[in-house]
Amino acid sequence: MPFGQGRSGGGRGRGGDKKPGDKEKGQRRTLFRRRKVCKFCADKIDDINYKDVKLIGPFVPERGKILPRRISGTCAMHQRKLQTAIKRARQIALIPYVTD
Amino acid sequence: MAGRQYELVYILPPDSTEQQVTDLHAQVESVVSRMHGHIEKTDNWGRKRLAYEIGHNKEGLYVLEVINGTGELMKELDRRLKVLDQVIRHMIVRVDEEKKVVERTQTKRRTESERRRVKRGLPPQRQPGEGRQSGEMDESDDDRFDGVEV
Repeated sequence: MPFGQGRSGGGRGRGGDKKPGDKEKGQRRTLFRRRKVCKFCADKIDDINYKDVKLIGPFVPERGKILPRRISGTCAMHQRKLQTAIKRARQIALIPYVTD
Repeated sequence: MAGRQYELVYILPPDSTEQQVTDLHAQVESVVSRMHGHIEKTDNWGRKRLAYEIGHNKEGLYVLEVINGTGELMKELDRRLKVLDQVIRHMIVRVDEEKKVVERTQTKRRTESERRRVKRGLPPQRQPGEGRQSGEMDESDDDRFDGVEV
């Protein structure tokens, strides 16, 4: 599980000072992590509407599942609103339930 | 208590004629007016690709109606639309409460920013040419999530 590790192991640091002992292990963990920001908070989008497929689209990957918060970085409130919007959009066939 | 507002979306098969679309709209309208409702807006989205097949249809004609009315009215509409077989899918959503919340957060944000600006000795509204221009965006935008990355 590549994303669960971040919580226990000092997730945020972008490298920092390396101790001579753990250069490879420590590097790989912190290398590609960047600060995640809730898209809706950052862009000040108040209304997550089920009709706006362009807005919702990036949060529904190819398979058709809802993208989890730990990957997208969406805050809890907006993930909740996003969830209802996606579920409504699925009902009227704007977004697929599943694709394989 | 202010009246409730609902959104009704329904989908017709792609081979239906203009006449059928207007007929159905008239039918909806008659039910709404009979039960003392009011259609605020009608929006014809036209032909759209369906994300999945509904009864062997791959495309559909979408129509959106914004209706002010009671719960009984929407129940009746829902029942009727279920029976009609020229409607391949429909959905009713109550929107007035969400709209109110959105409005409230927007006004709150606006007044808050005005208050802060006045405190800093600036005019309450943002002036043209103020703040960062879109041309000189730096890397900070990179942090945003806008697509799948795993």
